[in-house]
Parts: sequence; structure tokens; C-alpha cells
Amino acid sequence: MSATAATNEASDLRDTALDGPELRVRLSKTWGTESGLWGALTTVDHKIIGRRYLITTFVFLFLAGLAAVAMRLQLAQPESKLIGPDLYNQLFTMHGTTMMFLFGVPVGEAFAVYLVPLMVGTRNIAFPRLNAFSYWVFLFGGLFLWISFFLNIGPDVGWFAYVPLSGPEFSPGKRADTWAQMITFTEVAGLAVAIEIVVTVLKQRAPGMTLDRIPLFVWAVFINSLVIIFALPAVVVASSFLIMDRLIGTHLFNPAEGGDALLFQHLFWFFGHPEVYIIFLPATGMVSAIVVTFARRQAFGYLALVLSLIAVAFLSFGLWVHHMFTTGLPQLGYAFFTASSMLIAVPNGLQIFCWIATLWDGRPDFKTPLLFVLGFFFIFVAGGLSGVLLASVPLDTQVHDTYFVVAHFHYVLIGGAVFPILGAIYYWFPKFTGRMLSERLGRWHFWLAFVGFNVAFFAMHISGLMGMPRRVYTYTAEMNWGALNLVSTIGALMLAASFALFLFNILRSMRVGAIAGDNPWGAGTLEWATASPPPPHNFDRIPFVTSREPLWAERDSLPVVTGLRVDNRELIASTVTEARAELREPSPEPSIWPFLAAIATGITFVASIFSPWAVVWGGALVAITLIGWFWPKGSKEDEG
Amino acid sequence: MRRPATILVLLLALAGCNTIQSPLDPASPQAHDLNRLFWIFVAVLGAIWLAVMVALAVALRAPRPAGADPLATDRGRDRRFGIVITGLAVATGVMVLVLTGLSYAAQRRLFAVEEEAVTIRVMGQQWWWQFTYEDVDASRTFITANEFHVPVGKPVKVKLNAVDVIHSFWVPSLMGKQDLIPGRENDIRFVAERPGVYRGQCAEFCGLQHAHMGLLVVVEAPEDFERWREAQISAAQPPTDSERQKGLEAFLSKPCVMCHTVRGTPAGGRTGPDLTHVGGRLTLAAGTLPMSRGNLAAWIVDPHGIKPGVNMPLIKLDPDELNSIAAYLEGLK
Amino acid sequence: MRQRAVADLSSLPTYGFGPKSPMWWGTLGFCAVEGMGFALAAGSYLYLVHVNPQWPLSAPPPDHWPGTVLTLLLLFSLWPNAVADRSARRQNLWAVRRDLYIMSVIGVLAVAIRLYEFAGLHVKWDQNAYGSITWILLGLHATHLITDLGDTLVLLVLMFTRHATGKRFSDVSDNAFYWYFVVASWIPLYLLIYWVPRWA
Repeated sequence: MSATAATNEASDLRDTALDGPELRVRLSKTWGTESGLWGALTTVDHKIIGRRYLITTFVFLFLAGLAAVAMRLQLAQPESKLIGPDLYNQLFTMHGTTMMFLFGVPVGEAFAVYLVPLMVGTRNIAFPRLNAFSYWVFLFGGLFLWISFFLNIGPDVGWFAYVPLSGPEFSPGKRADTWAQMITFTEVAGLAVAIEIVVTVLKQRAPGMTLDRIPLFVWAVFINSLVIIFALPAVVVASSFLIMDRLIGTHLFNPAEGGDALLFQHLFWFFGHPEVYIIFLPATGMVSAIVVTFARRQAFGYLALVLSLIAVAFLSFGLWVHHMFTTGLPQLGYAFFTASSMLIAVPNGLQIFCWIATLWDGRPDFKTPLLFVLGFFFIFVAGGLSGVLLASVPLDTQVHDTYFVVAHFHYVLIGGAVFPILGAIYYWFPKFTGRMLSERLGRWHFWLAFVGFNVAFFAMHISGLMGMPRRVYTYTAEMNWGALNLVSTIGALMLAASFALFLFNILRSMRVGAIAGDNPWGAGTLEWATASPPPPHNFDRIPFVTSREPLWAERDSLPVVTGLRVDNRELIASTVTEARAELREPSPEPSIWPFLAAIATGITFVASIFSPWAVVWGGALVAITLIGWFWPKGSKEDEG
Repeated sequence: MRRPATILVLLLALAGCNTIQSPLDPASPQAHDLNRLFWIFVAVLGAIWLAVMVALAVALRAPRPAGADPLATDRGRDRRFGIVITGLAVATGVMVLVLTGLSYAAQRRLFAVEEEAVTIRVMGQQWWWQFTYEDVDASRTFITANEFHVPVGKPVKVKLNAVDVIHSFWVPSLMGKQDLIPGRENDIRFVAERPGVYRGQCAEFCGLQHAHMGLLVVVEAPEDFERWREAQISAAQPPTDSERQKGLEAFLSKPCVMCHTVRGTPAGGRTGPDLTHVGGRLTLAAGTLPMSRGNLAAWIVDPHGIKPGVNMPLIKLDPDELNSIAAYLEGLK
Repeated sequence: MRQRAVADLSSLPTYGFGPKSPMWWGTLGFCAVEGMGFALAAGSYLYLVHVNPQWPLSAPPPDHWPGTVLTLLLLFSLWPNAVADRSARRQNLWAVRRDLYIMSVIGVLAVAIRLYEFAGLHVKWDQNAYGSITWILLGLHATHLITDLGDTLVLLVLMFTRHATGKRFSDVSDNAFYWYFVVASWIPLYLLIYWVPRWA
């Protein structure tokens, strides 16, 4: 027995030996993060990283929103000279790319990173260093894109970057390369988080949390993570093929040498369709959580809701050709995709019905989170139904690539994801910060956003039906689109103002908001069983779960398990289906290697758009940082 | 909830009139079919949305007493909810089936093949349209740009090819859109049912001037169409006055001939639009400006001011040359 | 909220093998991601075959011998790999050291043969779409060979240090699991690269 092992045996302090405040103090010390820059760079605390992700995704939301405001100002009048075609093309590319890759997917992952470990009753997310790494890679990717934009080498080929327009012949220079490589950054980050969520949910649930006691939000982000694992590789392949065609002369998309422009579309949309469900699925989890808490009733149709999530996840992989209905592929094949695209309305509808039933049999409490969920119903159902219209091949040949489609996807994305996300912020802000957001400001925020959104985007259904195509920087007066565009611009400005109000509410409430306490909403899931904000170790003792809504079932005292170490980081690994405790899994300490590995990765990705050899020497650099990362530190994490 | 409905009606009324490029203003059996299908879908889907909103509104009354146990459930009530929801899910499935069926039937009608009377080959390029009228007799084929004519009541086939990047051919009053993809040939078939001028526009983002890539389809009586076709087949009329003669000479001495063709003169460039009968077209620069002598001059003197990024270079001309060339081109009817 | 203890978990072990270990699931997740990437690249290959009137394009099919030898080597390696896994589960340090050494030698040989495969393709990546996709498939798999070799070498070194205890055996087992994936993913690629051009 080595000396260190002997010391460990001597100081093997378990939580059975301590209680109350002393237990909390010791655990906080073991699990805490140092203050200052070093602490920030080395932390592996999922709550700190989750908060970072949230703040960063919202910064990107605001940047993309500003791009949209600029576009709307340009389109408010016919033949406006405010913004020329080059800048406009960059703006709509940055708007779409940022919203989809830097906000839409990462924000759902941000909520998951923060909440899943708390909701399943564990102390940290699985693979905490990978979690830290993924944040830095995500940040570097977003910075890379936006800095390129400000240096005038940002992309201008749309968020979907079709070839041949984005290929070497028609997009010379570095612009399309920044798009393609940013994808690599963000998809690496997204995949890493997805794997962490899957493993946390499968292996780190509190003892007793059987599959049918898993909270609906956790189901939603778990299934979503599986979709991410199988969908994101497609866009990595598409963007990598594009970079190779552009930089090293491959011919994958060059019809003159045996390639095919449509191969890009197939690869891109094979990712692109599941992508919108990747954005939507976490929002369904938020809706479930908010509906249950504010209807003060457990969810109606838990099994139906879970099966619907699974059905949506599977079906979402079978729809992608509906983005290609005008490319001239065989009509019979198209008809299959019409059927599948309409069929997904069934599981989506089933969720809506179950939520309405929960509200029907409950006692709705109209706090701001519920208001945003009601906004979600109004807007998302309309958007989903316009999607059924778009699923029809003949109808799509008229409205594809017009403002009708722009209206549709903003209805489903803003209604279906942004509104629930805003509601989720009002709901979980007390848990994240310990303070409540202002209800009064929240109501103003909701109504301004709701009215502004509908004014802006309803009119677009009509301008599309009046023949206005997408991605146009201007239009002539004779087209008679001016009035509708002005209406849309006014609505967009209202929506932008609502976000300013939101920001004000957040900043003000962080200073003077009412103190929240552990469970201000009287909710039933485990994240509300600990302090607001939670201590670094989440729970003084790991809970033992007996119900889907643990805090509603166990009103007097919370059952817990004991026996974990206090002086080392330890959590429970349990069985996949029944959550029987199996291991006391050591959890990694803070480390600088994830940050260094992210720097090495960032250098490799950025340099490789200038020279293919960067992949080789950058790869070697990454390998060195990975060895440092995985090299064992000594007793604490291994010997146990 | 009432204000949005009023706005909707007003906006739809707006949509019905003054549209020059709208699928809701059909001028062919194909476009009519699509228009009908559209309104059926809107009616069905709109009714469903309304029903869901009503159910939600009813659900928001509060039957549960305050302080009730959130985990308590009424088995009978739950069973009733279950039956209703199952029924609604089945109804959703049925709705999906019906709409898929309607859609597929329309799809088959829309893409049915009928022997065409006129065949036009489109070469889409950044940022204009080249139209080649194909004919069994090779001496009767001809090339024009940005505007084409078809006879009323006769089936037309439009073959779609792209020279550079992906474009999309869309004339909503006549037919849905199809993409022009380098390396493939797609096609569109339609029958125009009433004379008129119908506007179309490229509907796939294709670069800097995607917004200014319009086209016109002129539908006319068969006799008028034949007359137009004969005129198009013939070479350019030689100039009749001295100003136009000067214009022709200036045109031939400048770089214009590197890109443009005027049949009947030595100008034989193939990169830009064919100008043999440019003066007879209704618009200039792919639907961007109305055709006139002034606009021809304005275009030549500053193409990048009108369509920034366009492939046509700036050619330095003195005012006399510019005016005479504009006069010459205007006369090419 | 008050708490009441219902179970004591003090005696649970701190590491396990296979599905007991969260790292095993992480490896599985990684294999899912990479497997999807392979599937899409393979799908792209078949798509390009489909859209072209003939295949391969302007080049003879690649020499299959280096690929065939490599395939046989990889299939053979499944045996020492399984032995390495067993040694790790039994926490037999001497056997693990031996098996990691053997797997390292196999890995180096595999990478060397891979270089011969590239040399025998008879087409460059920038010649046409056939050349491009063929180099990409081979290159994608080559990165997996190299990373697994790297992982094996690091573990080999670790097993000679003071860290050669407990959880490290679980890591060796997970590395063996990943090698199964590297071999399994090669088989369809081998058929695509070397035999589809002969059958198409």
C-alpha cells in the first residue's frame, strides 16, 4: 500500500459521520471552484458552465437579432439604399447561422447542462472536463464567426450555404470557409454535450429513479441528445466536404468531375431537418415542466408524452427531402416525404392534447412562465399547421423560397422554442440566482413580445403569397410589397424592444429581485429540493426517489442515501433501467487541460482554412493536450 | 382576439388586388389547381387551429380547488380524457391521410406529361435568363433573354438548366417553381389560359443580385405569337436613320460585342444576353427597369449603380456615343 | 426540507467494467457519432456511384492487396484484443502489459500498411469525385487507426507507472471496446473502396 493510499484510508470521511451545516461546508469545499481567473479557467462545475453557456447563447441571440433588425430596416421600403446587397447577404447569413448554430441548439444544451444533474439527483454532469472543453470550443467557434464578420471575411452564402454558390468557383476567398469551419467547432461542442447528457441520464440517476420516474424535461433533453448524436455528423460531413472542395481541390460537389450539387443538399438537410427538432425538443421539456408546476397537477399522459418524444425523434430523420421538393427528384419519392412530413403532426399533436388536458384538470396559476407557454400554444400550433401545408409537394412549389416559408419557420421556432425558453428563464431564474424576476415587467415583456411577433411575422405569410421571394435585399415599388414589409418591420422593432425589456428585468432583478428560497413555485422535481442557487455539490446527500414528482410525494422529509465520501469528489453510478446504486464513481477535479485542449483545437480549426498541413501539426498539439488531460493526477480520482 | 382577425381580412383583401406575381392570381389550369388546393388546406388547417385555441381557452378555467393534492387523480376523469385524446390523435392521423391524398392527387395532375406545342430551353445564370426556342427545324430556333412569349391554350414545356449556380424558375400565375441545378436538367410544363403579362422571379439565392433576377412571360393569341416568333427568328433590322446608324457603328467598335450578340451584325458574343430584339422587350436588366431609351442609357452608363455586382463591366462612352447606342438598341424591335 | 436516510452505500466499489462504467457508455456514444460519420461518408460514396454512368471514374480500381492484408490483420487482431480485455477485467497487470504491447505492434503495422494502401489507389483526391471520396473514406478510417494507436501507447506507458491500478484497468477494457469499433467500421469501407469499383 503506497503512502498516499494510506493517507486516503485514514481520511476516508463519509457523509454518515457528519450532519447539517458542517456536512454542507465540507462538501462545498471539496466540490467548490476557486475564485478568480484560474478558477474560471479550470472549473468543472456543471452549474458554472451551464450558466456560461446560457449567457453566451443569449449574447449570440442578441447579435443575431440586431442583424435581423438591420435587415428589416432595409426592407421596410422599396428600393431602399440603406444596406447594399453584399452587406445584406452577410447579414441574413449571420442571422440564420447564429440563430441555428450559436443559439438554437446550444441554449437547449445550456439548460440541460445546468438542470439535468440537479433533476436526476446527482452531483455533476458526466465527463465534467469534456463539459468545460465543449464550452470553450463553442465560444471560440462563435467568436471566430463574428470576428470574421467584423473583419469583412464573414460568410455571405446563407446559413445553408448551397453549392455551387459556396464552392471554390463562385465564393472565392475565405468567407465560406469561416462558415464551414465554425460548424466544425460548434458541432464538436454540441456532440460532446449530447454524450454527457446521455451518460448522465443513463448512469447517474439517483437511486430509485426508475425510467418512469424521470422528469419530462430530462426525457426531452435525453432523447434530444440522441437525435444530436445521429444528426450532427451529417452537417460535419457536409461542411468538411465543402472545405475540402474549396481548399484541397476535391470534386465531391462538382458535376463536371463526377460530383453532384444535390449531394450537399442531401447531407445538409439530413442534418437540417432533425436540427429544427433538436431546437424544439428541449422546449417541449420546458413546456411540460412549466405546465405541470403552474397547473399544480402532475402531467396527464406521461407515457404518451414520452412515446411522442421518441416518435418525433425517429420521424424527424425521415423528412429531409421536403426541403428539396423543387430540385427535380422523382415525384413518387417526394410523395413519401409528404406523408412522413404530415405524419409528424400526430405525435406533436398528442403532446399538445396532453398538455391541454393537464391544464384542464388543474388549477392554472397565470405567472409569467405560464403566459409564455400560452403564447407558445398560440404561435407554435399555427406554425405547425402551416408546416402541414408546406409538406404538400404541389403547394410547396408555389410557396417554397418565399416569405411564406420565412413566416412558417419563425412561427415554429420562435413560438415553439423561444417562447418556452423565455418562460423557462422566468421559471428557473430563481434557482440559478436565488432571486425572482419581476412579475410586472414579465407581463409587459410577454405582451410586447407576443404582439410584436405576430405583427412582424403574420404579414410575411401574405407577402410570400404575393410573390416575395426570400433572401432579397430589396424590391421594386411596383411589386406592392412595401406596406406589408413596413408592417413586418414595425413588429420586428416591437419584438426587439421586448428583448430590451427582458434584459432590463434580468439586470435589475439580479440586484433587487425578491429572494427566492429553495422552492418559490412549490414545484415537485428534485432541482427544487436544494438551495437557490445550489451549493457546488448540489445535494448534501443524494436523494432516494419514490415518485415522478419527488417533492410532491414526500412532503415531510426527503428520503436520502448515505455513505459517500466527503473529502473526495464522489457521486453514484446506478443501473440503467431501475437506478439501483452500483458504484461510488469518483468525479474529476478542476483542471486546466480542457481549456488548453480547446485552445489547441481552435488553433487547428482556424489554421486549417489557410493550410491543410495545419491538421497535422495542430492535431499533434491537440494530442499533447489530451494526454495531459487524461494523465492521472494521483490518488484522489483513481484509487477511491 | 378579434383585432388580429380584422387585420387578417384586410391584409387578405390587399393580397387579392394589385398583385403582379402571385400564386393567388392563377392564369393556367395548373395554377388554378394549386390555388384551389391552397384554400382547401387553409380552411382545414385554420379550423383545426381555431379548435385547439378554443380547447385551450376552456382548459384555463380552474376546476381544481386551491390546495388540492397535485398528485391526486380522478380515474373516471382520466379515462374520459384518455378516450378523447386517443380520438383526437386518430382524427389527426385521418386528417393527415386525407390531406396527403389530396396533395398526391394534385401532384400527379400537376406533373402529368402532355405533348408540348412550344419548347423553351432556359439557361439561368448570374443574374439573367437566357431562353432558347427549340424547333425541329434548326433554322427556326432562336435565342432571347429575360422575356419570352407563349400562345394561349397550347401546352408549353420549359427545360431548366443552370450555367453557374442554382437558380429557381418561378412564374406563380402559371405554375409552381422548379430549380435550375448545374449538372441536371429539370422541366416545367403548363398551359396559359388567358392573354396577359406575367412576372416571375428567381427563387433560389444565387448571389449578389438574386433580388434583381426577374422575368416576364407574355401570353398572347396564337396568331400574335406566330407573328412575334417570325420577328424573333429574323435577324436585326438595319438602322433606318443616321443616329441609329452611328449607334450601330459605335456598338460594333466598343467591347459590347465581346459579350452580346445582335444577329445580322458581326456582334457575336455569348456571355451576356442576346440583344437582337432587345428594344421589343418590356423590361431591361431582368425585370429591373422598364424598357426605354433613357433606361438603356442609364443601364449602360452605370450598371453597378442599378445592380451592384453585376457581371457587365463599365464601358467608358462619351455622351454622343451613349445616346446613339441607346437609340440603336431601342430600335431593335 | 428534513431528510431521512433509507440506505447506506458506503461499501460500493469505485470502478467497474463494461456497462457498469460510465466511461464505457461514453465510448459507446463516441462510436455512435463516428459510426454515423462513416455511414454518411459511405452513403455519399454509393450516391456518387449512383449518379455516374460508370464507376470508377477515369482510373483503374485500386490494388486490393494492401487492403486485403490489412483486413486480415485487423480480423486477426480481434483475438489479442479480446485477450487484452479479459486481462484487464481480471486486473492482471503483467498480462495487460503484454497485451497492450502486442496491440501496439499491431497498431503500428496497421498504420504502415495503410500508407501502402494510399500509394496503391491509382487516383488522386483532386482528380475527380471518385478519387475524392475514395481518399476520404480511407483517410477517415486512418484517423481512427492513428487515434486508437495513440490511446493504446499512452495506456501502455501508464501501465508501467505508479498509476497502474484500479480504474486504469477499466480504461484498458474501454480501449479494447473501441478497437472492436475500429475493426468493424473497416469491413464495409474495405468492400466499398476495393470491391465496388470491381463490381460496378
